[in-house]
Amino acid sequence: MQRLLAYLVALILVGLAAFWLATEPARVDPSAIAGMNGDPVRGERIFYLGGCASCHAAAGAKGDERLKLSGGLALTSPFGTFYAPNISPDAEFGIGGWSTLDLVNAMHFGTSPDGRHYYPAFPYPSYIRAELADIVDLKAFLDTLPPVAVANQAHEVGFPFNFRRLLGGWNLLFLKPGPVADASGFSAEALRGQGMAEGLGHCGECHTPRGMFGNPEYSKWLQGAPHPSGKGKIPALAGIDWSASDIAEFLKSGFTPDFDTAGAEMADVIDNTAHLGDADRAAIAAYLKEICPN
Amino acid sequence: MRLFFRLCAFALGAAAMTAPVLAQDAIRNAITARQSLMHLYAFNLGQLGAMAKGEMAYDAETASVAAGNLARLTSIKAGPMFPPGSDNATIDKTRALPALWQNLPDVGVKQAAVAKAAAAMEAAAGDGLPALQAAIGPLGQACGACHKAYRAPED
Repeated sequence: MQRLLAYLVALILVGLAAFWLATEPARVDPSAIAGMNGDPVRGERIFYLGGCASCHAAAGAKGDERLKLSGGLALTSPFGTFYAPNISPDAEFGIGGWSTLDLVNAMHFGTSPDGRHYYPAFPYPSYIRAELADIVDLKAFLDTLPPVAVANQAHEVGFPFNFRRLLGGWNLLFLKPGPVADASGFSAEALRGQGMAEGLGHCGECHTPRGMFGNPEYSKWLQGAPHPSGKGKIPALAGIDWSASDIAEFLKSGFTPDFDTAGAEMADVIDNTAHLGDADRAAIAAYLKEICPN
Repeated sequence: MRLFFRLCAFALGAAAMTAPVLAQDAIRNAITARQSLMHLYAFNLGQLGAMAKGEMAYDAETASVAAGNLARLTSIKAGPMFPPGSDNATIDKTRALPALWQNLPDVGVKQAAVAKAAAAMEAAAGDGLPALQAAIGPLGQACGACHKAYRAPED
């Protein structure tokens, strides 16, 4: 009996140790970005492609105010309310003290500099598909922005989701580093668009439905989803009947083919994609035209 | 005399019953009017947009007419088409959020921005395709600003 108990205790300890190891926040090998020099000019494009300002600028900010990344946007979800943090270069309240590697770890693995998991309200499950060089450039650009001394607001997340270690398990199950759509037969342009749309552009975060753990349902890629507010829906992109030039124009001016305009969150997205070049918008459009509803 | 009172009471009762119906009709009409105005925007924008996208050959005359129409349309005072009680929480067939009525000064600012962007388009449209293309982005941003803040997502 005593022996059985000892076995049980040992088993639980091994289980806990395995859980702890398996849920350890992942990091990028520092050598991966060794010798890379960030270019703030290229980084500006990455900033707009990644849509950073949509969540990290103050709500309702327009024009140059969108470069003040004080954070604050509330993202509601079935798991709680998440508040976008300050990512301005402020040393105390923002990410002024971060190294480039810190930003790489955050964007690729959702790992904070002090080795904790971020919640996937931050779209690292998409950003993991970003090129390291792009993140290095982004860091150089972020460093040029004005510091803002605004403190972060704590997320409102109840038990058990406030136990962040669990997110290590989420990452094991749901983090998918490679491309999502089968790219066989894609043109070079569509392939380039795939990198942007599935990675930094993070289209799938809203346009793909989520499962019971808030996980993207990759089998329903870009097939639309209910709006998290409970009212209305986020449209499907798979099988969209707009032409590629319609999509590119939409991403530039916000005008739909029948000259309505983007509303709600998509208007925020257009504020970002309007800053991209025509070639980038055309590539995203070429990719979206390849995605079929299954 | 008693009959007279009865008739009066009946008339008052009937009026009381029809009054809300009339108000409802007035609100429906206002919603139809503002949505029609949006269609008029869209028709003229469609001509400009088709040229911008290269789907229609650029023609300075056509572009100027469309942009002129749009400038006239966007300077219409649309306030009466947005009566209180015509929001999507009160009535269906509209996506206008109650927030619009809580932020009327801001709505005015956004409407003025649309009129300004349309005026810029009117000045640019006859000036060659690149000028037209450059003016359409700001116009979309101005239209979108209001839709972003005050319109519910599509069902």
